[in-house]
Amino acid sequence: MNRYPVWKYAILLIALLVGGLYALPNLFGEAPAVQVSVAKTGMRLDTAALGRVEEALKAAGLTPDALALDGASIKARFSNTDTQLKAKDAIQKALNPDAADPAYVVALNLLTRSPAWLSALHASPMYLGLDLRGGVHFMLQVDMQAALSKRAESLAGDIRTTLREKNVRHSGITRNDQTVEVKFSDSAAMDAAKAIIQDQFPELASTESPDGTGFKLVAAINPVAGRKIQEQALKQNITTLHNRINELGVAEPVIQQQGLDRIVVQLPGVQDTAKAKDILGRTATLEIRMVDESAEARAAESGSGPVPFGDERFLERTGQPVIVKKQVILTGDNLTDAQPGFDSQSQEAAVHLTLDAKGSRIFRDVTRESIGKRMAILLFEKGKGEVVTAPVIRSEIGGGRVQISGRMTTMEAADTALLLRAGSLAAPMEIIEERTIGPSLGAENIAKGFNSVTWGFVGVTLFMCMYYMLFGVISSIALAFNLLLLVAVLSMLQATLTLPGMAAMALVLGMAIDANVLINERVREELRNGSSPQAAIHAGYDRAWATIIDSNVTTLIAGLALLAFGSGPVRGFAVVHCLGILTSMFSGVFFSRGVVNLWYGRQKKLKTVSIGTVWRPVSEEQAPAVQKGK
Amino acid sequence: MEFFKIRRDIPFMRNALVFNAISGLTFLAAVFFLFSRGLHLSVEFTGGTLMEVSYSQPADLNTIRSTVDALGINDVQVQNFGTAQDVLIRMPVQKGNSSAQQSEKVLTALKTADASVTLRRTEFVGPQVGDELAADGLKALACVVAGIMLYLAIRFEWKFAVAAIIANLHDVVIILGFFAFFQWEFSLPVLAAVLAVLGYSVNESVVIFDRIRENFRRYRKMNTQEIIDNAITSTISRTIITHGCTQLMVLSMLLFGGATLHYFALALTIGILFGIYSSVFVAAAIAMWLGIKREDLIKGTAKKEEDPNDPNAGATV
Repeated sequence: MNRYPVWKYAILLIALLVGGLYALPNLFGEAPAVQVSVAKTGMRLDTAALGRVEEALKAAGLTPDALALDGASIKARFSNTDTQLKAKDAIQKALNPDAADPAYVVALNLLTRSPAWLSALHASPMYLGLDLRGGVHFMLQVDMQAALSKRAESLAGDIRTTLREKNVRHSGITRNDQTVEVKFSDSAAMDAAKAIIQDQFPELASTESPDGTGFKLVAAINPVAGRKIQEQALKQNITTLHNRINELGVAEPVIQQQGLDRIVVQLPGVQDTAKAKDILGRTATLEIRMVDESAEARAAESGSGPVPFGDERFLERTGQPVIVKKQVILTGDNLTDAQPGFDSQSQEAAVHLTLDAKGSRIFRDVTRESIGKRMAILLFEKGKGEVVTAPVIRSEIGGGRVQISGRMTTMEAADTALLLRAGSLAAPMEIIEERTIGPSLGAENIAKGFNSVTWGFVGVTLFMCMYYMLFGVISSIALAFNLLLLVAVLSMLQATLTLPGMAAMALVLGMAIDANVLINERVREELRNGSSPQAAIHAGYDRAWATIIDSNVTTLIAGLALLAFGSGPVRGFAVVHCLGILTSMFSGVFFSRGVVNLWYGRQKKLKTVSIGTVWRPVSEEQAPAVQKGK
Repeated sequence: MEFFKIRRDIPFMRNALVFNAISGLTFLAAVFFLFSRGLHLSVEFTGGTLMEVSYSQPADLNTIRSTVDALGINDVQVQNFGTAQDVLIRMPVQKGNSSAQQSEKVLTALKTADASVTLRRTEFVGPQVGDELAADGLKALACVVAGIMLYLAIRFEWKFAVAAIIANLHDVVIILGFFAFFQWEFSLPVLAAVLAVLGYSVNESVVIFDRIRENFRRYRKMNTQEIIDNAITSTISRTIITHGCTQLMVLSMLLFGGATLHYFALALTIGILFGIYSSVFVAAAIAMWLGIKREDLIKGTAKKEEDPNDPNAGATV
């Protein structure tokens, strides 16, 4: 009756092997490494870059323990931090000859020392949270009201232009928070305006409202469009943050949307919060200027003459110099959107820009006068400008819809659109939560968590072995198996392990032993009531099972509630807690039963089981040794 | 080894009134302290800035306090954290001042006073986040209570659900009462510990209820009180040993986990101790007073053929 079929043992063996395999990388520890990734969108890392890194290291006389191109980054591992720092300098010099304009991000990182075959199986160590590895955590709140107001402002301008074009007379257009109010002196004009707004501004929903003797039309951004504006604002802010954080040289930054209007930024290893905050809060500006195409400027462009007076020299992204006039035609404030797309006639890749009313007017005037000339779109960040694109004006452009096309691949069009959009933040952001953890504190936290788990485990194991003898040993093995499975699952899921997570690990081990105590007590009780050893084991496991399920379900309910409503440290706790309960059901019952069956199940004439003292109130004096353990 | 050599069922329920009076008084005291003293909420809930700095020598808290006061920041709390060298500085949310810069200002001031100071960690939480966390915490608590009651009502009977939840919520209040009385810091991990304890000590009641149900089936002649006494007596050994093991783990956290895990472990300790008491003495007594009967629990099996959709039909325990 206490035999497992072969397939059950097979499952246990597979779980043991897989668990062991995926928990294994955690044993190797981490080594200092240098990680190279691209600093600009649109660039790709290739084997050529890898070659350059290799050469640079060889030239500096450094040999990495491992060097590989891994997806979007090149990773080089070193044996100590000293060589790591030297290697970083060497690679930096080789890849970024111009320190002011880095093309690659060269960052320090920690990489697992686990051998390549383990990495090939996607077995990697647990992902440590910021409180264990040190770093900065920010939560930013995007001011959505500001984003909507900004949009309403530009719509107000657009309405003004449109009404003028259509010769609808109004007596004033104002923006009031997120609505646009248009006043009229007669109802015919209002009806006409209403029709136009309905027709040309699908984002707006307009309602008439009496205004003393006159007429007033109140146009509000409709909920659907409002949501879209907010989504876009958030996306744009995230993109902008990505671009900016690239400059910080962080190996694995996390930039995530949280909720509808929040962004979480985590920068592991960064200690300089002041700089990080400065970069997060910086504003980039976009400018449109004319390219100077005089002979002097041409000479300056090719490097054979000085830059003419009233001009400035900027570099294009390809490195080609462009001489532009100092006079600014438009700034990024007038640009409301930039999207990649295709030219409707030639089907070439193109970038579609949308300007607000004021911008469109200026743009129309400028383009009318400068057909055939080039204009440059510049992006200024950190006071340093760069030409994003410098197209030739083909015709007069009115209506605020500008298309840049020609000599562009689809990829380039997408990148340019992204740059134009990401240059500035769509809406202001405020830091509402900030956490900095020093690297020494991180290491201490790991040690504390590790010690708590280890000593707790040792204590429980010792007690179980003394109290329940062989059954205690089996329970302890099951507990160790539980820990192995939990670590393996956490490694597989790459769930973030935090200090509260380690506390949950210790706690869940303490709770997991409950299942084995229940079983062992039940077996003793059956023996006390006079069952044969085999029957006692069988009944003990069977009867305890229902209780174990019940008690684990209630614990799991608490864990899931924490997971659903918890944030930050609580979430880290809840993830480990829930996973731990699940693994403990498997190991505490299924696995320990397997070991018991293997040990006792074959013995047909089993006289005694080693489960410690089975005390009997009645026959205590006469037969004390009948069921006694070793 | 065997710690529990119990010859006869212990008449726990005879003294149920006394046990409940004790726990009622503790509960009232906890509620009293909760209202009179209030919880000492951490920065996570109140909003504000927290800095942990470390000195090479034991730090002089008064100097630090006056340095920070000199910056014009009011209501600053300065205290040691773990060791004499480590100092925790807590500042409330400053109106108008973007508090993200606050920590830098303070650190610069501290550096000029003593160059050996290093920043170990900072934490800034805006007031809006704090309110949300408190609301989320209450939602989680409500969810746990509702979930557990529902489960117990389905698995056993509503009387058990009510008894278990009263017993265990009273644990939660007592833990909070301790935190209010000693003015220990109530932080997010402590909240997690409290909810984990809630789920965990319901276990205890479940084990006893399970045994009560089993006894109702097995011993037809016993009355309810005897059945409960027998159920508690036969599970008491398991109760003590399980809680002992969990407490061993928590003790290890208390000893090795350092200052960060200190209150977390403390909340668990109180929760485990009171969890045993309440689930053994309080929950069973309340269930008894609510009038559990043999028929409540075994009608499920009797009706087996009539109701094939009953999820518990045919369940054997």
